[in-house]
Amino acid sequence: MYPHSHHQDDQSILDLHKITLRYNGRFALENISFHLHAGEQVAVVGPNGAGKSTLFKVVAGVLQPTSGKVKIFGSTPRKHVCIAYIPQRSQVDWNFPVTVADVVMMGRSAQLGPFGWPKKHDWEVVRHTLDVVELSDLASRQIGELSGGQQQRMFIARSLAQEAELMLLDEPFSGLDLPSQAGILKVLEELKRGAVTVMVATHDLEQAAENFDRIMLLNQRMIGFGKPDEVLQPEKLIQAYGGRLRSVDGENVPALEDFYERERHAHHH
Amino acid sequence: MPTIINWVLEPLQYAFMLRGLAAAVMVGIVCAVVGTYVVLRGMAFFGDALAHAILPGVALGYLVGGGSRSSLFWWALGTAVIAALGIGAIKKQTQVKEDTAIGIVFAGMFALGIALISTVRNYAVDLSHFLFGDVLGVSPQSLWLTLIFGVLVLLTIAAFYKEFLTLSFDPILAVTLRLPVGLLENLLLALIAVTIAVSLQTVGVALMVAMLVTPAATAYLLTHRLPVMMGLAATFATISGVIGLYLSYYLSVASGAAIVLTATAFFIFVFLGKRIQTALLVAAK
Repeated sequence: MYPHSHHQDDQSILDLHKITLRYNGRFALENISFHLHAGEQVAVVGPNGAGKSTLFKVVAGVLQPTSGKVKIFGSTPRKHVCIAYIPQRSQVDWNFPVTVADVVMMGRSAQLGPFGWPKKHDWEVVRHTLDVVELSDLASRQIGELSGGQQQRMFIARSLAQEAELMLLDEPFSGLDLPSQAGILKVLEELKRGAVTVMVATHDLEQAAENFDRIMLLNQRMIGFGKPDEVLQPEKLIQAYGGRLRSVDGENVPALEDFYERERHAHHH
Repeated sequence: MPTIINWVLEPLQYAFMLRGLAAAVMVGIVCAVVGTYVVLRGMAFFGDALAHAILPGVALGYLVGGGSRSSLFWWALGTAVIAALGIGAIKKQTQVKEDTAIGIVFAGMFALGIALISTVRNYAVDLSHFLFGDVLGVSPQSLWLTLIFGVLVLLTIAAFYKEFLTLSFDPILAVTLRLPVGLLENLLLALIAVTIAVSLQTVGVALMVAMLVTPAATAYLLTHRLPVMMGLAATFATISGVIGLYLSYYLSVASGAAIVLTATAFFIFVFLGKRIQTALLVAAK
């Protein structure tokens, strides 16, 4: 009833091969191929509507691509419970009558199996994961009482309780103040020690360049994927953001301007 | 004091009143617990539609049985399950918006039910029982059916507690955990269907949605935990059932309406109480 594939160490954790997804006759994703190594952390950037969420949902096995293949540890995502998708905060009903610990325990639904109830070990796992994200004190709070950053960290704890090896975070930083963002980055740093592979969708190019091993520049098609300085090239950014270079979502993108500033300096020296 | 005790005890000398109380309490508990998911998942309109959509099945059973009511439960159960899965399938089509599609099917089925019943002479009394319930006419046999199916529904909710919770809070998580999402969705629809069949005689199709949503909504205002919400909803529903029946007995008000009005009064009371509490807290700061 609840399948679970076993992993072999020598496989790359995630392999996408020519993924295309058409939605209402329009390309949401077009011919995307890449692979990830276990334990690396990747930022996925691109304008709104670039297909970041769609890509994550295809990787998680929530959406079926129109064509192409996704492989997690060598087999289809639908056999794995090791992929965690962390939703955008706007997609969550924060008035739902559950506590922080309840939500984290949901991550263990698959491990518990049909008709299984949480045992002592499961509560220990929940407590431990809440420790990792520094939310132990708030375990019995209703989820709507948390700040935005705490809500994101709660979902990371849930992914840890799920024993996820691949975490997909959909715009975890948007709408958060800098200290809250720093708190999430600290937890992501912590995940590196556990060799959890992470993909983060974000709008902040500068932050992406500073904190992630590789950056994927996406706008339906894959425009670039590699080290930050390889990907954040003006011509690629223009390709991704097009005429909306200065304005994503109606907001200015200071990172882009800073980036050009740095570029100009670099060329002078 | 003795007068109050007399007031409470007097109706209990009648077997129909005892059966009515038992039915109202059992139906109240089952509706409240299932209704918790109806409220949290925003399925009130679905519940209302489903209750109305069983009328043609009940009417057919009524015609086939020549006006006998003994087999109506099974007709209601069959129609409810088929209608629930049918409406579930409608959700997946994309040509018409979901609520519009449900509205079309629900009104059409309801009209068919009324048309069927209206072919019988003197149909008005029986129709009103289907529409608004007749809890004081509950037979011992249908009381047993209520008990058996009510317990079955509650056991299923308990057995799939974590699955229904996960699915209702975060359907994408349910998919990534590879829970059998389609199966669980349909199981939940089927549980709502059984609940409606069980409640038919107590509140009737027209008032059913109130039993599903009102006690659960009242509980929702008071707690942040799902199990507590279920317990509170069941408590409100039980008290509403008992008070409603006494009101019905002493004021000669239709029983289904009296139960629903009591539940509604609880909701209004709690809703206003919360408002006043919030206002006082703000004023205190």
